[in-house]
Parts: sequence; C-alpha cells; structure tokens
Amino acid sequence: MSARSMAMPEADIQWTLPARGPVAMYCLIAAEAAIFTIFVVAYIFYLGKSLTGPQPQDVLRVPIFFTICLLSSSLTIHLAVKSLRSGKLHVFSLWWLLTIALGAVFLAGTAREWGRLIYGERLTIQTNLFGTTYYSLVGLHAFHVTVGLLALATVAIFTLLGYVRQEHAERAEVLSMYWHFVDVVWVVVFTVVYIVGR
Amino acid sequence: MHVSFGRAMHPALSPTNIFAPVSTPAQSIFDLSLFVLIVTGAIFVVVFSLLAYVVVKFRKRAASDEHEPPQVYGSTQVELAWTVIPTLIVVVLFLAAARVIASIQNASRPSNALEVTVIGHQFWWEYRYPSLKVVTANELHIPVNDPAHPAPTFLTLLSADTDHSFWVPRLAGKTDLIPNHPNSMWVDPHQTGLYLGQCAQYCGTQHALMLLRVYVDSRQDFERWTQEQSRPAHIGATVSEGKRIFEGTACVNCHTIAGTPATGTFGPDLTHLMSRQTIAAGASKNTLGNLIAWIYNPAVIKPGCKMPSMGLSTQQAAEVAEYLATLR
Amino acid sequence: MSTESIALGRLTTAPATSLVERLHEWVTTVDHKRLGILYILYALLFLLIGGVEATIMRIQLIRPLNNFVSPEVFNRMFTMHGTTMIFFVIMPVMFGFANYLIPLMIGARDMAFPRVNAFSFWLMAFGGLLLYFSFIGGDGLYGAGNAPDVGWFAYAPLTSQTFSRGHSTDFWTLSLLVSGFGSIGTAINIIATVLCMRCKGMTLGKMPLLAWLNLTMAGLVILAVSPLTAAQLMLVVDRYLGGHFFDTQAGGSAVMWMHFFWVFGHPEVYVLVIPAFAFASEIIPVFSRKAIFGYPVMVAATVCIGFISMSVWAHHMFTVGMSSAANTFFVLSTMAIAVPTGIKIFNWLATMWGGKIDFKVPMLFCTAFLFQFLIAGLTGIMQGAAPFDWQLTASYFVIAHFHYVIVGGILFTLFGAFYYWFPKMSGRMYNETLGKLHFWLFIIGFHLTFDFMHIPGILGMPRRIYTYEPGRGWDIWNLIITVGVFFQAAGVLVFIGNLLWSYRRGKVAGSDPWDAWTLEWSTFSPPPTYNFADIPEVRSRRPLWDLKHPEDPDWQYE
Repeated sequence: MSARSMAMPEADIQWTLPARGPVAMYCLIAAEAAIFTIFVVAYIFYLGKSLTGPQPQDVLRVPIFFTICLLSSSLTIHLAVKSLRSGKLHVFSLWWLLTIALGAVFLAGTAREWGRLIYGERLTIQTNLFGTTYYSLVGLHAFHVTVGLLALATVAIFTLLGYVRQEHAERAEVLSMYWHFVDVVWVVVFTVVYIVGR
Repeated sequence: MHVSFGRAMHPALSPTNIFAPVSTPAQSIFDLSLFVLIVTGAIFVVVFSLLAYVVVKFRKRAASDEHEPPQVYGSTQVELAWTVIPTLIVVVLFLAAARVIASIQNASRPSNALEVTVIGHQFWWEYRYPSLKVVTANELHIPVNDPAHPAPTFLTLLSADTDHSFWVPRLAGKTDLIPNHPNSMWVDPHQTGLYLGQCAQYCGTQHALMLLRVYVDSRQDFERWTQEQSRPAHIGATVSEGKRIFEGTACVNCHTIAGTPATGTFGPDLTHLMSRQTIAAGASKNTLGNLIAWIYNPAVIKPGCKMPSMGLSTQQAAEVAEYLATLR
Repeated sequence: MSTESIALGRLTTAPATSLVERLHEWVTTVDHKRLGILYILYALLFLLIGGVEATIMRIQLIRPLNNFVSPEVFNRMFTMHGTTMIFFVIMPVMFGFANYLIPLMIGARDMAFPRVNAFSFWLMAFGGLLLYFSFIGGDGLYGAGNAPDVGWFAYAPLTSQTFSRGHSTDFWTLSLLVSGFGSIGTAINIIATVLCMRCKGMTLGKMPLLAWLNLTMAGLVILAVSPLTAAQLMLVVDRYLGGHFFDTQAGGSAVMWMHFFWVFGHPEVYVLVIPAFAFASEIIPVFSRKAIFGYPVMVAATVCIGFISMSVWAHHMFTVGMSSAANTFFVLSTMAIAVPTGIKIFNWLATMWGGKIDFKVPMLFCTAFLFQFLIAGLTGIMQGAAPFDWQLTASYFVIAHFHYVIVGGILFTLFGAFYYWFPKMSGRMYNETLGKLHFWLFIIGFHLTFDFMHIPGILGMPRRIYTYEPGRGWDIWNLIITVGVFFQAAGVLVFIGNLLWSYRRGKVAGSDPWDAWTLEWSTFSPPPTYNFADIPEVRSRRPLWDLKHPEDPDWQYE
C-alpha cells in the first residue's frame, strides 16, 4: 500500500510558527532559572544559621561598580543586536566587544572580591554555611558569565574574520537573550546576597 | 475522644499489623484508614464496573463488521459531572485527613506525660529518661495508659548520625529521626505487652536489623523497672577476669557500665544488659552463647554493624561474656 | 514496497554496506527515527538488567533470614534497580518514542535540533555506562564493587563522606548529572519541535494528544530535573570541596536535601507517566474505532496535572516532622491532583463506550492499564491522607503502589506502544499469538507480585531491608511475590523473542495496518529518512479519518 499524499488544496492560510532558536533559548533559561532558584533558596534558608565564622554583614562589601558594569553590558548587547539588524556591522562589533569587556571587568571584580575574602577575611567554601552557600551561588553565576563570555568571544572572532552578516542577527539575538538572563540572575543574587542577606 | 469506626484486625496475623492499634495515634489512623478505604473502595467498584461493562458490551462482534461506530467527540455535561463529583470526594477526604493530622500533631502535652528521648544510631536505639535518670538501649519500657487518668508517653526523636525512623505500627505512625532536626511523637497504649517494630528509614548496611521492642508495662512493673535501671551496675564477684579484659580493651571507648570506668557513649549502655531479652538491637536473643559469639565477631551476626571484632580469643570472649552476664 | 525501505529507512538505494559502515551510520546519526530506536534499544537492555537486580532481591527475600546475597550487595541492588529503571529505562524509552513519533505525527522532517538530539542521547547513554562502571571498581564484582548503595533518592547525610566512604555516591551523582543534561537537551528539543515545526493547518488544538502530552512532559523535565542537578552539585561541593550544604554537624539540613530531591522526584514520576497517558490516548481510540472523547478536556487535564505536580512533593516527607499546617497543605494538593487524573480515566472509558473494540495486543495492554492505573491511583489517594501515610510510607505498601503505577500503568502502555508502532518502525507485523502469550504471562506475574505486595506493608514490613525476622506474618506473602517475578520474566522473554522473530519474519505491514488516523500512518513502514514525500497539510485532529471518510470529515465537528 502506498503512502497517502496529504497535500490538501486550501485557501492559502497564513502559517507562521515561532522560530526555534528563541523557543529553545527560553527553555534553557527556564531550566537555568530553576537551578539558580534552588541555590538561592539554600542561601536564604541558611542565612543566620552558620555556627561559626564570618557572617555576611562582617565581610561583604556591596559591589556597586561591578554591578553597574554587568547591567550596562545588557544595554550594550542590545544595541549591538540592533545594529546588526540594521546591517551596521562595524557598530555592531564595537558594541559587542564593549559587552565582552564589561563582562570581563565584572569577572575580574568577582575574582578580586574572592581574593580579599579568602586571604583577608579567611572565608572559604569550607568555613561555614555562609561560605558554602555564598561561593556556590556567586560561583555558579560567575560560571554562567564565563560561558557567556566564551560564546560572545566566539562570535567576536567570527565577526573579525568577516563571517558574521546581517542575516545572523536572529542568532545574535538568541545569544543576547542568554546574556540578559545572566544579568537578571545577577540582579536577584545581588539583592539576596548583598542587600537582604547582610 | 474519637469515634471508632470498626474493630481492629486480629493481631495474631502479625505483631506489627497497622490495623491492630492499641494506642490513640494508631487508632485514629486506623479509623481514618477505614473511612478512606470505604470511599476508595466505592470508587473502585463503580469505575471497575464501568470498565467491565465497556469491555464486554462494546467489543467488536463480527470480524467482518467494517462500519465505524458513531463518533462522539465529547460532552460538556458529562465532563462537568465527573469533575464536580470527584472534587467533592476529594474535599471530604482532605477534611477527614486534616482533622486527624491536627488531633495527633497538635495534641497538648499534659504535665504528667512521661518524657523519653530516643536517639537513633547506626544501628541501635538509645533511650534516655531525663526525669528518671535512666539511660538504656534497644528495649524501651513505657507505662500503660489508663484512660481514666491519661498519662501518655512523649518521645523526642534525635539522631546521632544519619536518618532513621521509629515505627511500631500498633502504637503510632512512624516518625523520622533526623540529625539536627528534633522530632516529637506520643503514644498512650491501653494494653500491656510487647510491641515490635523496626527502623523504617534506610540508614546504612544494617538498617534491616535495627529492630524495636517496646514493653508496655503496668504502673508497678514500670516503676520497678525504672528503679532497677537507675541503679549502678551489679557486678558479680567471680568475673574479675572478664571485667579486666573489658576495661583493658577498647570496649570502654564505646560502652558505659555505670559505676565502673567504662563511660563510652558510641555504643549501647550495658549497665543493665541482662534486663534485656535481645542483643544487637534485636538481632539475637540475649543468651550467653549469643553474647560470646557477638563479642568474638559481631560481623557474623550483623555484618556491617559498627562494632568491630576486638581480636579477643574465644576464651577471652567467653570471660567478657560471663562478666556482662552478671549485669542485671 | 522495495526491500530498501524495510531495512530501517535509508535514503539511498546503494547495496548493503559493511558492518563497520553500518555501525558508523548509527553512531553518527542525527535522524530522529534512528535516535529514537537507539534510545528504545538502550532502554530495553537496561530493563533486562534492572529486572535481574529485582530478581536477585526477590530471591533474597523469598524467606526470612535468607543469605542468598550479603546486606552490602542487597543494598546496592535496590539502589541500582531504582536508579536504572527510572533514569535508564523509562526516561530513555519515553524520549525514544517521543523522538521517533513526534516529527512524524506533526508532519515534520526531523526534530528541531537534530545534532543536539544526538548529543543528548549520547550523554544519557554515557551516564548509564558510568553508573554501571561502578560495579567494577572497589571490591570488584563480588560485593558489587562501588555500585551506589544509598538508595535511589540518596538521602543526606548518608551520602556525606562520613557515612559513604569510597565512590558509590559519586557514581550515582555524576552519572545522573551527565544524563540529566541529556534529558534537558531532549526536553528543549521536544518543546521547540512541537511549537515550531508543525505542518500547515495543525494548530495546537489539532495536534495529536501524544504531541500535547510530550510537550507537557518536556516542560516538567525542564522545571524538575534542574533542581536535582542543583542538589547534586551541592552534594559534590559537600563531598569534594568541604562544603556544608547537607552537613548536619555544621548546622546544615538533611531535610533540605529531601525538599530539593522531591521537588525533582515528584514531577519526575509525572514525566514518566504522562507519555504513558499519551500512548493510551493514541491506542485506545484506534482500537475502539472512535475519536478520543473530550480532546480539549484531556489537554486541559494534562496541563493541570503538570502544574499541580509541582506542588505536591512533600507528600513524600509526611514523616519528617513538618508542621501540621505544611502536612495539611500537601494533603490538599495531593488530593487535588486526583481530580484531573480521574478525568482522564473517565475520558478513556468514554472513548471505549459505544465503540467496536478490537482486542489486539496493544489494546489488551491498554485495557489492563486502565484497570491497574485506577487501583494505583486509589492507593495513591490512600497515602495522600497523611496520617494513613504515617503507617504506609517507607513500607512495602508504597513499593506496591509505585510499582503498580510504573509497571501496571506505564510498562503496560509501553508494551502496548511497542506492539502498536512496531509495524511502523520495522515494516513488519509482530506475531499476535506470541503477543497474547506475553500479555497473559506478564499480567499473571504482575498481579501475583504486586497485588500481594500491599499486604506485608500493612503488616508492618519496611522497605530496603535485606532480610526480615520470621514470626512477623510476612513469610507467605514474600514467597508469592517472588513467584510472580518468574512469570513476568517469562513474559518479557516471550516479548523480546517476538520482536526479534517478527523483525526478520513478520508479515509485511504496509503503511497503515491498524486503519489509524494520525500522520505517521500516511507514510511508508518504515518511513524513509525524509519522512514524507510532500509535507502534509491538515484540517482536523484526524487527517487520515478525513481522507478515508470524505463524506463525514472530522473538521465539520471540531
């Protein structure tokens, strides 16, 4: 028995479905959000429960500058994607590189703060519940920033080699969604760790 | 007081039958369970009958019957009916359960309640009666409850290592012993006797042989028992060699025998070992032969338990056992 | 039909290539149909292994104070059996069927991300191999090496370095972390495929229920597997970086592990069962010769189940000492989920009502599913009444309950799905007599084992014990339970034999042996690599019904 042909002559119906790149990225963001939620819950639950060692209010300093850097990078990546959509490749690469730079500055700031906490304040992941939850949560976020920077850097290299064109704007947008997510997570982490928790 | 829905099942079916309650928490659960069983039983009968009817009535008759039956896509009324009715049933079940939760968990603690602290260990039970200055292991004694003058027993549940669960089905539902998370439960058995159970939360290799023995004693028996337990050890005069070996080997690092240099707390208190019917948390009967075997090599009776073989000779093990056999 | 299309869908007409070349094709494939089959075969292998683990346990428990295996080996058996069955049997087989069927049923040529699809499969496969590698480490095969022995839910602090020396916990953690990433990848693929790749005319309201249910399942995977990943990362931090997430000596909380685990664990069981519902929703209508009753309600009920399932998790924790308010809340949410679940059972019954039911093997299994899932749901309601659960939980009653769901519910519909879609996947019909033999052997064994298993639970027998005392009244029931295992094993062997024999010598099936109505039956059996010569256009939920009944098409009624 042969297969049936299913083509049906019909008035031409409009048939547009969502693009798969953004859908997949939203799903990934949902999964990552769930992971971060668990780490945030653990952090909040353990506030005030450390039996020994430094407490948050003793040792944490609010990283205002580095936060501004990271949050601005959301703006710069948005402008980058907008330029790419309009075909302004040169402007795109400038905003894109600036995003990477801001992200890198943020990571450097995290590294500096951890250096101070570990060597200066003697707070490590082993010290107490605060140390464990703090380094895990901030570290998980920093890991996601690092992965993001690697992806952005890859695109930067492709751009410098001339492979990136206007029609890739949607892919850049999908990547920028990830970057925005990383920033939103920082807003939550910042609020929980440096504002509420101190 | 509650209304009892039915007679308990015959305990001879099993000494750990959840449907043979002798204490209020177990009884409340039993009454609730009967109600739930009746409701779910009725649901089963109705739906199963429908399924049986459908399977019989609507099977394809003639093999050559090629006409498709009338296609029915749905019916809002029917959907509503079988949404609303189950919702009502669910609400009723929820309310019934909520009532029993409150009656058991929020029961007030009368001032004459007996307080016992239960500490779970891998793989034995420690019992402390703070007000009576009694410390013992593995066999819990509590007084029977007279409904006219209620005096329940409240248990505070702690753990020294990993998670355990205290489950004596005829007395109450199980409650877990979790380190850094004290729990509380109560029982008020109205019938004397020995009630069995065991640890119900996997806690390691010998979880299976962490057995529970709860003796519900009459008031007089219970007082006699607590008097005995709070005294220091009686030690026979003729067992000095066994005592010497015990105190010279690392036994004292883990075990306490009140009134002697043995003050270890990692293992069970042995001060009144002979007042117990079993050893190794119920794994063996408390006989001299079993004691010798246990001391010689615990892994033969309970492989994976935390008591090591101390490398004693059989002669030495026998002497230590004879010493312990005097600890009434 | 040419011989080529019988040999599992190759596009070319080149002659059979060498074994190495064919293996290479399979290992490097990104075709959803081949990946689907890889998932399914992988799961079947682990089903047999998990079954052996269960048999070992049941032989040990056939009488009190038995010493068929040591406690160490027994504890590894129940841990590996649970972990294997959930993560390396049911999840892969459901992903396999989803991968195979979804593009065909929605008129697409492949999944949204074929390479991510392959990557996800290999992650899952590697995770399983890593888990089983644990048997070889440590004491070697005797004593079962370093295989995990902490239970499939790995409660803290038993999993800390203090109480779990060696690497058994690490094998559990790492293998599930790896396969968990694979699961998330597959879930993302399923969602993107269903939302973005449907053929023209197939609105969300017109796609097969299998697509809807797998969409829900994928959403649950995304929301539920992530908490497990998070908890496992925390466990690794505790075990290797000196962290204190679950270190009770440092003020950490063992209960927090339980919350995190069951936030994963409960939706996970819906991840397992919702695809089973999908199979029933496709098979029952075809063999009753009626459209599914109440399609929109079925969709709504499934989505409701998905949502509510995220709020019931602590009904696994009724005995840990939560407040009465918390316990009461979880009773309410657990009871609530019974309503949409019951609605589905009624809708399946209503589909059969007034139909002309043909009890071919797929339908036999799905009818048994209805009966058994009803019972499983009712024993679930019993345990949802928390005080009753204070007796029943952690006993053989709950083991009976969840095996009733997983074996009596899920595995039965899985067998139905195997028989139903085997002709499509292989181009051949299975042997009906052998299929019925499988059914009767298996259902007898299932009921011998799992009906009677409720009784020791009621008589106080806890779970995860390698032996038990005589005189508890448990002996005869354990004996009967073990006997049932051998009937089930016989049934499964007949099943495997049937598949193997029919693959080679079964009657040629043709594209539509069941006179069914969804798009996969409109193409060859097995489908060519490109699935459809022309991408279909549809107008209703049953496009082939419309073609076969042009005088009375579905789209006039929907």
